[in-house]
Amino acid sequence: MTPIARGAWTVEALVTAGAWLLAILWVLPLAYAVWTAFHPGEYSTRFALDAPLTLQNFRNAWAAAPFARYFANTVALVTLVLAVQLVLGTLAGYAFARYEFAGRDIAFWLVLVQLMITPDILIVENYDTMSRLGLVDTVPAIGLPYMASAFGIFLLRQTFKTVPRELEEAARVEGASGLQILWKVYVPLAKPVYVAWGLVSVSFQWNNFLWPLVITNSVESRPLTVGLQVFSSTDQGIDWSIICAATLLTAAPLLVAFLIFQRQFVQSFMRAGIR
Amino acid sequence: MNRFQANIHGWLLLLPAAVLLVAFTHFPAVATLWQSFFSTGKPNRPAVFVGLENYRTLIEDDVFWQSLWNNVWYAVGTIPVSIALALVMALAVNRGLRGRAFLRMAYFTPTVLPMIAVANIWLFFFTPQYGLLEQATGLFGLPSHNWLGSPSTALVCVIAVAVWKEAGFFMIFYLAALQQIPPVYAEAAAVEGAGRWYYFRRIVFPLLMPTTLFVLVNAVINSFRLVDHIFVMTRGGPDNASSLVLFYLYEVGFKFWDTAYAAALTMVLLAALASIAIAQFALLEKRTHYR
Amino acid sequence: MSLKRSLNALVAAAALAVGAAHAQQTEISFYYPVAVGGPITKIIDGLAADFQKENPGIKVTPIYAGTYQETIVKALTAHKSGNPPVTSVLLSTDMFTLIDEDAVVAVSDLAKSAEDQAWLSGFYPAFMFNSQTGGKVWGVPFQRSTIVLYWNKEAFKEAGLDPNRPPATWSEMVEYAQKLTKRDASGNVTQWGVQVPSSGFPYWLFQGFTTQNGVELMNSAGTETFYDKPEVIDALQFWVDLSRKHRVMAPGVIEWGTTPRDFFERKTAMMWTTTGNLTNVRNNAKFDFGVAMLPANKRRGSPTGGGNFYVFKKSTPEQQQAALKFIRWITTPQRAAQWGIDTGYVAVTPAAWETPVMKKYVEGFPAAAVARDQLQHAVAELSTHENQRVTKALNDGLQAALTGAKPPAEAMRDAQREAERILRPFRR
Repeated sequence: MTPIARGAWTVEALVTAGAWLLAILWVLPLAYAVWTAFHPGEYSTRFALDAPLTLQNFRNAWAAAPFARYFANTVALVTLVLAVQLVLGTLAGYAFARYEFAGRDIAFWLVLVQLMITPDILIVENYDTMSRLGLVDTVPAIGLPYMASAFGIFLLRQTFKTVPRELEEAARVEGASGLQILWKVYVPLAKPVYVAWGLVSVSFQWNNFLWPLVITNSVESRPLTVGLQVFSSTDQGIDWSIICAATLLTAAPLLVAFLIFQRQFVQSFMRAGIR
Repeated sequence: MNRFQANIHGWLLLLPAAVLLVAFTHFPAVATLWQSFFSTGKPNRPAVFVGLENYRTLIEDDVFWQSLWNNVWYAVGTIPVSIALALVMALAVNRGLRGRAFLRMAYFTPTVLPMIAVANIWLFFFTPQYGLLEQATGLFGLPSHNWLGSPSTALVCVIAVAVWKEAGFFMIFYLAALQQIPPVYAEAAAVEGAGRWYYFRRIVFPLLMPTTLFVLVNAVINSFRLVDHIFVMTRGGPDNASSLVLFYLYEVGFKFWDTAYAAALTMVLLAALASIAIAQFALLEKRTHYR
Repeated sequence: MSLKRSLNALVAAAALAVGAAHAQQTEISFYYPVAVGGPITKIIDGLAADFQKENPGIKVTPIYAGTYQETIVKALTAHKSGNPPVTSVLLSTDMFTLIDEDAVVAVSDLAKSAEDQAWLSGFYPAFMFNSQTGGKVWGVPFQRSTIVLYWNKEAFKEAGLDPNRPPATWSEMVEYAQKLTKRDASGNVTQWGVQVPSSGFPYWLFQGFTTQNGVELMNSAGTETFYDKPEVIDALQFWVDLSRKHRVMAPGVIEWGTTPRDFFERKTAMMWTTTGNLTNVRNNAKFDFGVAMLPANKRRGSPTGGGNFYVFKKSTPEQQQAALKFIRWITTPQRAAQWGIDTGYVAVTPAAWETPVMKKYVEGFPAAAVARDQLQHAVAELSTHENQRVTKALNDGLQAALTGAKPPAEAMRDAQREAERILRPFRR
């Protein structure tokens, strides 16, 4: 082995070791959740190989809070927000990319403002708005401030701009209207962008906490995150077994979805050119 | 299509998004500014115009200043570290190392586990004596430390959790960008006899610049936005050592019910974000050209 | 055809009857903070259903709103948007806040009959301190607690102490704790003597110390605090000394949520926590434990804690009367006793402790009566106008002193100055 090759080998080993160390650190909370959820309470702080397995924590967690309902609320929220975001983002992105209208540049800057001034910061004022609209404690109220997404509009504008004008001209010659062109030409070409954006949006809404905490009061509208918090903050001290079981229950769908689709996710990001 | 039609169509397409944006971003921002000049109305004391009174209170409010400084440290602590780690992770996964699927899954866990749930688990990690961190340090005979209960370490713990959350998320963007770099470059560099480090510094890193900027924008926003774990881990304590501006804003707005003062606080956040935004957009204009 | 028509008529009539029944029914929404572990929601649901069975005209709809903090947020926002619950269990200390927001009606104004008045005077006086101001009763005690001391009898035995004799005074607590603190060869502590949590709401536990030191933290009008009185500073000095001077308690801020677990894990031999933890400790401690009143200095003492029933203003008189009926029903001796047994909270009336079921329970589990016996020494929990802010000022000062950031005297003076600033407008 030449000295150079040996050096390269050492670097390689170091990189691998580092990558694994990071991975282990990063997976630790999940690993702990799995360990604790499947073992009796006294093993939540002790890691003995002979610890008995149990599903009781899941049973307790499921019985202790209406997770099914929280689940339904979160799914409804995520779907609603995503659907509206996609439609509005597509229309607005198309307008910015392909229409010359008065005040376009100013409008675009005003949209970009939301990239920085996220709705999370305007909770006090938005709360007022919601109560004036009579929407406090409803699922739409959780979603409304996020439905027009500057991020999505920006992303789609950039993507639509890359679509060759010729394609549009061809469709126009065939007599297609503006919306038809959008639907037939632009949307299909932007598919990877939609997937990538969808992933970001879903994971954001799924994990969002502060605004839902403020705007919801009841089981009927509370999403999983708020439900989990309500469930785990007790006066009597923390019961990690049941919290971990609940965490796994709530994170399972996203986790499984990621495991199944991880290749597609990364590839769609790649094509979306989010970079 | 004539000019008039283009105007109508353009605005019509924009309208639905514009209505929502105005209603939930621009209007509240302006309304908050307006509100910040009034006192908080109570049933027996209606709101009155007080001019800059709320801002004067703000300047004298030690908790606010501490939260602001904490927030600066929080930003300084999370942004560079999480971006650097994200890049390292992406490079590692992109390498095709042994067990790549596991690595990818591990790095991705923060994105699927809600912060609020994980905070409870981190609470256990940081618990004195029998917490995971203590069990680990105990193996090396290190003395026990009350991580979340000491003002000197509470903020660090909160930062660590934020880094964990962010790095995993940003890794995805870097990974996507890395996969877009044509392998020809690496081959060419190898032929030229360029070292790995040289290749990364001169070719990969510049190609990743747009991603880095995108991630940076997100990291900056998140350093003001990401406070979920504080609700579980420290509630801003001990003695506000881990309180951040948005967390304090929540306390003032929804625990003390002082909406006018909360409005003034919101304005500070908005001002901070706006100035950072302007700086960043200027940078963006200079450094990258979006297609 | 005619059969079908008559069937239709029948259905219509039935629908009408159902509608009429609905119209007569008074619905009362009831916010309840699920801040206690265990299957509490099922108990509450059961109670609501039982009540409805006995009172068909009233439908109680419990809404579980999370912690106390979250529940009052929900209740107040709902109040501001014009649609508050009819009744809610909220912290007794929220009384001034609720009055200032004009959100609640005085229960003593609703309960006018002689019978009602007798019922209102049937609660432990200690619980009423936090339930009345300005000559009116605003809250009805329901799930109330005090702080007690739990001790690990096995650890006492190992340390050569009498396992059945808890510390009765401050000096005894320090002395015992010194014997109970175990260190390994390298000087690291493996078991602390005592643990008094200080995260979240340290003021509550601090009130144990101040009361025992013979001093109150606020006036009963809720317009003035006494954070910088010498006795208060002394009390804080003692708390700080537990870890800094005597080295029998972990330094820094101790998390409330993990304290019971620390006790189960034998990381502390004694702990101060709520009586509401009794059931939890009973289920999870793998050793023999005892429950005692807090130790005395100048006197014994503990603040009360926990939740009261409030009735909201923006509901109809019928709803308010229905709510009153429900509250009276749920605090009858029999039910108060059962509630105490099921949850570990202190049953709120002397009569409840005289019921056979309670007597039998106490016989089998004497620890349950400790909190009751402590009530004669109990004082009102810290509660003022702008309660959350005034309390935060104290909490911050306490944490600053406990973490060594400020000396106790300075911390308390700062806290008092802040409280003074907040409360000044209320003294006009």
